[in-house]
Amino acid sequence: MVENKPESKEKVRIYVMGREYKVPAGLTITKAMEYAGYRFIRGSGCRGGFCGACATVYRLSNDYKLRMALACQKTVEDGMYIAQIPFTPAEKPLYNLNEIGPSANVFLEYYPEIAKCVCCNTCTKACPQDLEVMDYVQAALRGDFEEAARLSFDCIACGLCAMRCPTEIVPYNIALLARRIYGRYVMPRARHVEDRIKEIESGKFEEEIQKLMQASSASLKEIYAKREIEPE
Amino acid sequence: MSIKIIRGYPEYMRESIEVVEKTREKRLKESFPFMNLKEREEILKNFHPDYKKETKRPVKIGPNKDDLMPNEVADLLEAHPLMKPEDVDLSKVDFDVDILIIGGGGAGMTAALWANYTGAEAEDILIVQKLRLGDSNSIMSQGGVQAADKPNDSPTLHYLDVMGGGHFTNDANLARRLVLDGPMIIKWHEELGVMYDREPDGTMITIHGGGTCRKRMHSARDYTGLEIVRNLKDEILNRDIPILEFTSAVELLTDEYGQVAGAVLYNMETQEYHIARAKSTVLTTGGFGRLHIQEFPTTNHYGATADGVVLAYRVGAKLRDMDAVQYHPTGVAYPEQIVGLLVTEKVRGLGAQPVNRNGEQFVNPREPRDVESAALIRECYERGNYIETPTGMKGVWLDSPLIDMLHGEGTIAKELPAMLRQYKRFDIDMTKDPVLVFPTLHFQNGGLVINENAETTVAGLFAAGEVTGGTHGKNRLMGNSILDYSVFGRIAGITAAKHARKAKTGKLTLEHVTRYEKMLEEAGIKTSRKSPILLPEYRGEKVLSHALDIL
Repeated sequence: MVENKPESKEKVRIYVMGREYKVPAGLTITKAMEYAGYRFIRGSGCRGGFCGACATVYRLSNDYKLRMALACQKTVEDGMYIAQIPFTPAEKPLYNLNEIGPSANVFLEYYPEIAKCVCCNTCTKACPQDLEVMDYVQAALRGDFEEAARLSFDCIACGLCAMRCPTEIVPYNIALLARRIYGRYVMPRARHVEDRIKEIESGKFEEEIQKLMQASSASLKEIYAKREIEPE
Repeated sequence: MSIKIIRGYPEYMRESIEVVEKTREKRLKESFPFMNLKEREEILKNFHPDYKKETKRPVKIGPNKDDLMPNEVADLLEAHPLMKPEDVDLSKVDFDVDILIIGGGGAGMTAALWANYTGAEAEDILIVQKLRLGDSNSIMSQGGVQAADKPNDSPTLHYLDVMGGGHFTNDANLARRLVLDGPMIIKWHEELGVMYDREPDGTMITIHGGGTCRKRMHSARDYTGLEIVRNLKDEILNRDIPILEFTSAVELLTDEYGQVAGAVLYNMETQEYHIARAKSTVLTTGGFGRLHIQEFPTTNHYGATADGVVLAYRVGAKLRDMDAVQYHPTGVAYPEQIVGLLVTEKVRGLGAQPVNRNGEQFVNPREPRDVESAALIRECYERGNYIETPTGMKGVWLDSPLIDMLHGEGTIAKELPAMLRQYKRFDIDMTKDPVLVFPTLHFQNGGLVINENAETTVAGLFAAGEVTGGTHGKNRLMGNSILDYSVFGRIAGITAAKHARKAKTGKLTLEHVTRYEKMLEEAGIKTSRKSPILLPEYRGEKVLSHALDIL
């Protein structure tokens, strides 16, 4: 076993909702809080930067700025003040994707507050993924689905942009609607998928698969070993 | 002691990176030969963690009595129930539904949607989810989803790859279903709005994965799982399908006819029990990465604690291949903060090679996962060609800069934004420098026995996704887990809806729990362990990374 000797490691002071703890340097906020004795129910999800469950606001000592991060992706620093925001009470209107299309009005209909955007860029500064949030909100407002979908694609819906917006816009939900409409109605469809489905429905592959299913183990292995591999 | 860090790496690791840079041009043109079946068998036997005998033991009780399982899994099966039957009042039903879906990841949400599409009313469905809806391994899946929809491909070839990847131990009927339903799932995703990577004319951009004979990996940058899950989740919300978040199932319920008839739920926040009665119960609880089998770090999400397997085993459901653990070949070995997180197989799919400290290739980048992992372990532990991290972890390089050299500058930024971002957060630029990797616990290959209709061996209980076994045999290939949860999640939803239309539920009981306790006693198992564990225990020093000592 490789020895982890936390006591030999340098320690840093962190303040979890104001309460001081000393934790080994080099841990992420998530792990530092666990080291300090917290057991997450909310505020921890994938622990790999994909789910947005661990949105966190922090401040460094002698600095007035509030900074945003994902707790699972941010290393603790000495004197860090930490508060997690594990839930965003944002609006999510219901819609039927089959009944709406790629019209610019769709955002004004479901998210009318989008028109109140004052282009302050606070949302962009809040984004722990470093996305151009304000730009995609503006793209949506213009009805540019492609741009809104592209700029927002890496959004993990952590909610921090919505919590910071002075005009109560919910950028990440707007982005989701933009991408769903773009994916459904604007992106070109793959013909070959349709073609293959028809072939499968017509039973084209039944016989050859059945043959493999009934083949002896030795002959199946031989067929497998001999199968041609598509070059790079 | 402080180590000098240069562009993300300690100075001493930079020396090895320079060696890797020197051989890069030459390696660009070289392809390392694939192993034949015999060589695969040999390397697995000698170096794959699954083949270490002392890490497993025969389970003493239940439907799989005497089957070998990892100690961590056997510990959960040979444990007392979390709650006692007298803790709850079964005559007071809190939720009375047709379909109870336990687990709100990819499989559970797919099941709910297809149950709803095929006639179950939204209000007759209930999804219970331990964390938030969508929090699952599904959302973390990066590399892609396999489906044989290209003209030069066929479901037959996909079938061969699935079987070969699983070393021919798969349930052939499940493998057949998996490959035949693949293209239909892709089309369904397109209709939901999933933004798969496409050529301007709509043709899907597909690449190879380990063990594939055709390029059939569909992806959405390297956020494929996130992109699918957020569409599924939005659809669940739009259809107003009821969800209980931060709620675990701690025990299944049966009725006087011996069928499964719902579950005892546990509100993780208020710590109250609730009774959910259901005509059909669907288990979509995912896998066991957070058990840290053999002390491995894991790629898995916070809730991957094998709850479903435990619950189903108590009602007598049969398991299979629980001994087969998937270690993803390329987990992060450095930096320490993110040890064990996934470096998607798409990185190798795009041409990055595993390379040792001397800048040499030692395995083809696209072997099936278990074979690739075994080769990495051999390189580190037998041949000694590893790079050691400041915390004592061993790893080899994954030479990512090759990708932009092969496919043009900007490819990594476009195809692998999540990976690029993950490393940039720790000052490492994977377009210029290789990344250090070592196998990490990734997937539960085995699980509940199901048939083609997603029925388990117990009446009233259905299952789909990682909690099940058979589809992948002893080893799953990349891109077949999204497909698995989609294909069998869909089928589970349809079957559960159909079953609920004619099923009659009798008087609720927890007799199986009492019986299980008796089995424990008769087998002489004396323990204070309780299961399911619901969440891993990381408080205090337990959180410090799961260190490795492989051989």
